Order: sequence, then C-alpha cells, then structure tokens
Amino acid sequence: MPIRFDHKPGLVVYLTAGDPSLDATREIAIAAIDAGADVIELGVPFSDPLADGPIVQRASERALARGTRLRDVLALAREIRAARPRAGLVIFSYLNPILRYGLHRFADEAAATGVDGVLATDMIVEEAAEYLAEMGRVNLAPIFLAAPTSPDARLEAIAKYSKGFVYAISRVGVTGTQQSVASDAATLVERIRRYTRLPVAVGFGISNAEHVAQVAEFADAAVIGSAIVELVERATRENGAETAPGAVARFIKGLGLRDAALAR
Amino acid sequence: MASIIVPANPSESRAGRFGVYGGRYVPETLVAALDELEHAYDEAKADAAFQAELSSLLKDYAGRPTPLYFAKRLTESLGGAKIYLKREDLLHTGAHKINNALGQGLLAKRMGKKRVIAETGAGQHGVATATVCALLGLECVVYMGDVDMERQDLNVKRMRLLGAEVRGVSSGSKTLKDAISEAMRDWVTNVRTTYYLLGSALGAHPYPTMVRDFHRVISKELKQQILKKEGRLPTAIIACVGGGSNAIGAFYEFIGDRQVRLIGVEAGGRGRALGEHAARFQGGAPGVLQGTFSYVLQDEDGQIALTHSVSAGLDYASIGPEHAALHDSGRAEYVSCDDAAALDAVVKLARTEGILPALESAHAVAEAIRIAPALAPSDILVVNLSGRGDKDMGILARELKL
Repeated sequence: MPIRFDHKPGLVVYLTAGDPSLDATREIAIAAIDAGADVIELGVPFSDPLADGPIVQRASERALARGTRLRDVLALAREIRAARPRAGLVIFSYLNPILRYGLHRFADEAAATGVDGVLATDMIVEEAAEYLAEMGRVNLAPIFLAAPTSPDARLEAIAKYSKGFVYAISRVGVTGTQQSVASDAATLVERIRRYTRLPVAVGFGISNAEHVAQVAEFADAAVIGSAIVELVERATRENGAETAPGAVARFIKGLGLRDAALAR
Repeated sequence: MASIIVPANPSESRAGRFGVYGGRYVPETLVAALDELEHAYDEAKADAAFQAELSSLLKDYAGRPTPLYFAKRLTESLGGAKIYLKREDLLHTGAHKINNALGQGLLAKRMGKKRVIAETGAGQHGVATATVCALLGLECVVYMGDVDMERQDLNVKRMRLLGAEVRGVSSGSKTLKDAISEAMRDWVTNVRTTYYLLGSALGAHPYPTMVRDFHRVISKELKQQILKKEGRLPTAIIACVGGGSNAIGAFYEFIGDRQVRLIGVEAGGRGRALGEHAARFQGGAPGVLQGTFSYVLQDEDGQIALTHSVSAGLDYASIGPEHAALHDSGRAEYVSCDDAAALDAVVKLARTEGILPALESAHAVAEAIRIAPALAPSDILVVNLSGRGDKDMGILARELKL
C-alpha cells in the first residue's frame, strides 16, 4: 500500500526499535498510529550512529545492549503491519547492518513483512544504483534525505529517486530537539517542490505542537524522532515501560493534527 | 558542480573508488561540503603557488626531506636483510601526520574556513593539526576518545598548549572511531563554517585520495634515496596500518614496481578473538563505516566491533579503502603484530640504534625483525618509521616496568 498522509499535517514518528524492548516498541507504535501517526519509522539500532544526537544514541545503545538485531526489527515490522494494516511503515537504518544482512536478502525479507519503504541514513543518490534496483525489484519505496545544504541538482536527483515521500532535513546538524523550526526548512521544502509532487516531510528538531503547526504551513508532514524517543526514555525510567505507549499517545493527541479530509 | 549520475553499479560511481572500495556514504547534509572540498582540492593540486607554499613549509617548517637511515646495528644483530628506516619520526611534531596537516591546513585557509576540527587517536594527528592551526591562525577543536586521552595524556597537553580545544568523547569504545563520529557530528552541524581536517586515508571521498596525496612525498623521497644509496629498489617496504596514511604514503610510488613487496602491519592486539585486536584483514568483512566502503571489524549483525591495541593510532575498526583494494588485488600483503612483539621491537630498536619508535611504528619494526633473519644480506627492507615514541613513555614505563 502506498504511503499516505491522512492528517494535516501528516505525522511521521521515529522509534528506535528495541528501546526499551521489542514488545514495548510494538505497543508504542500501535498507540502512536491510533493517536494519529500516519507513518512509523522503525529505527534499526546501530553501534555508530554518526547522524544522531545524544537522545537517539542513548536509545540505540540500550536497544543493542538488549540484543536487538535487524531480523528482530523485521519481525517487529511484521507484527505492527498485522495489527495496523493501513499505517505507513518504514525501516530506518544505517547502511552497514543492511549490507551485512545482504542487500538482496534484506529487500526480500523487508518486503515480505509488509513495510512500505526504507530510509538508509548514509546512502546518497550517487551510490544508490544497486540499492535502488533492489528496492524497485520488491516494490519498496526508497526514501532519501534532502538537506538545506543540498544544491538544486542534488534535490532534483533526490526527488527523482525517492518514493513515498521526501524527507527534508529542517536544519544542518544531527538529530535532536530544538527551540524552534529553522527558517532553512521552509526554503528547502519550496526548493524540493520544484522537482516533485511527492509529499514532503520535515524532520530534525521537531519537538512540539508549535513546531508541528509551523511545519503545517509549508510541508505535508512533520517527522518527530528525538522528542518521542526521549519521552519513551523518561516514561520508562519514571513509571515503567508499560506507561510509554500512553505517554506517546497523549503527546501525539496534543499536537493538534487534523483529519486531512475534514481539513479540506 | 558535479553532475548527478547514478552509476550502473556502485564500482562505477564517481571518483574516489579503489576497486569496489571507497565511495561516499554520508548524511546528505555533508555531500555539498564534500563536493566543495573535492573541487577546492583539485584546484589547489593544480596550482603551482599552493604547491610551492606547501613544499616550502614541508622543507623549512616540518623538516623534509626526512633521512633514509641504514640501521647497521639492528641489521647486524638480526643477521639477514639490510634494514633501512625512513625517518618520519624526525619531522616536526614527531610523526608523518604533519605532511597531511600542512596540506589540508593550507587548503582550509584557501577555502576561507576559519574553524578547523579534527579527530585523533594517538594524538599525533591532533598535535599536527593544532600546530598547523597555530601556524596559520585558525581556530582548532580536536575530538579524542576518553580512553585515548588517558593513554596519550602528553599529547592532550601539547594540543592545549598549542591553543587547541580538546573535546573528550565518551561514547562507544571511547577511541578513534568514536572521535571520528563526534567530529562528523560537529561537521554536519557547523558545515558552513568549518573545515574537517581528517587525519588518515579514511572517510568519504575525497579524503582517502587527498590524504594519500599529501603523504606521497614519503615514497617519492624514499625511492630517490634508496636508489642513491643502494642503486636498486628495496626488497620490501614495511609500514604499520591503522587508517593507513603512513603506509599508503610509503607504498604509493612503488605500487607499479611489482618486484617490491609492500607489507602493511596491522595491530594484532592481545588475541585473535573479535574485540581483542585491530587486524581488519583477519576477521573483518567489507562494510561501510564513517563514509567509506572498506574492510570493517564487525559482528554478524553489522554492528561495529570493539578493537584493542596497545597503540592508540592503530586501534580502529576499519582501514583506508585503498588498502582494501591493494589487499584484494594481492599487490600489498597485510600481516599483524601483537602488542607484545611491538613492545619488544621498541626495546630492540632503542637499544641497538638509540631510536625510540612510536608504538604504532614499532609494529612495522617488529615485522622487519621477524622476517629479516630469513632473508639474504643482499635483501633490503625499508621500515617507514612513522613516528617517535616520546608520547608513549607513560605506557612504556608501565608495560616495560621502567
């Protein structure tokens, strides 16, 4: 099923799979979908997450310490897909775990779980020929990142090879929370739109309802990662893992997402 | 601006491939900066004024050319091949790292960048970078793993004295790999104003090529010197390999001379199990770490393995992509030397020649000591003595109970 955004703005939620446990990630993902998330990015924990700030780094370390493996994340995706057939599901990973698994095998197995797409953080369009062929073979959407520093020629290529949506990075830097949405973001989205009619989601530093409202003015969806990963961390530490799904659901309901059909 | 061409297969992608290895696997935010760097480097490389300024600094500031020294007493004590030492240890700041730091420092200045960041393992690249930044009036921040800051404390203090800010890295293994990740996080955040002065022949294109080019002077001099002294090429060139910058610099001009053996020495650490060593060609598998496709020590899930070596400069889970290609083609041989043999080599060289090698370079000395006795007196071994051991006195005092 193609990725679709039923809310205005749409909401993409990033979760580090296996933090605090695979079962908890499943329950959090389902709660997030029920509260209004259109797409769940299931983050494969990696030992050296150089594009991530401290919050996601800590979550990755915890997930790895619990022994979370790529094949566990794929099994988790299958469970979430079974529970919520209409939600968008994306595997979000650094490249090396995928390469080690085998690109061909990964593509086959990821497609078989029913996920819609894949985002490989350190895969850029120039290096992506084989990757794109594999994604295309099994009909998975390759999602590429677009950055404020990307010149127009790159944005054109990124738009051309992305499917599902284009992920616009709101600002230079690593993942994390921030005070306000950078002015870079609106300009970037406008530049991307010259090259594609795909939905554009804005991420990096989107932390609260105010940010989401700002993003809604110029983009199709907001991506929230670190703020939710941190919420899961805090709820787990203070009240136990079983309280994390409720905390995430309350957070999402407070974001002011509207049903896209009604919004029109 | 380079055109966006999606190659038919990854090995046919743009420049920066060594066989199938190398390439550019980075967050999108950095790609434009890498393109800018590649362009600036290509221009500088072709600019006679840039090359003249670099040559002048290499000569008058760093102390090039470095001598090729015949280690007579070491040779006699082993009773086999003649052993020569290429004395990169005599360079200003104490290691070959200054060659690249000067080259890239001039490039940073040429590009108008006022802030330089670097990672360091043993601290030699950090010291070289701090030195060059002082010389050129650039702000300098060096990332260094907490473990390395402890074991290379003297270099931490040298960097601070030179005006650099040293930022400890407490994530992961707290060594070189984590320092690189943290430097990349800084770069991705401050990419518009900051020059990342990467210290080894690693990382995303154009770094492996550029760093190699700046160290190529080692093999250029070496070739002339050995021809002058011996009238022929050596039997083998031996160099230690962490990321691989000194080794690629020492090998490069000899790659076409098929009769010259090129021997890279990796850190064998304290055992053969994953996590106990940093010998990427003995247990590593091709993968992507920190921007490049090369051999990587990793577990079966593609998580990067911890490494161990007594020498901080060799303690890294991946290896420069050009070495991966030289390995696969068979043009270079890669062996490993364990901590104990490296320490023995320090003592041996100190007591036969009065030369104290860095623990990294001692791995190459150890391999020469191992193979020289079985070779003929007509054979010639050249060890690239990449650095001096003053920085290691704390470790040596402890390990050798001095």
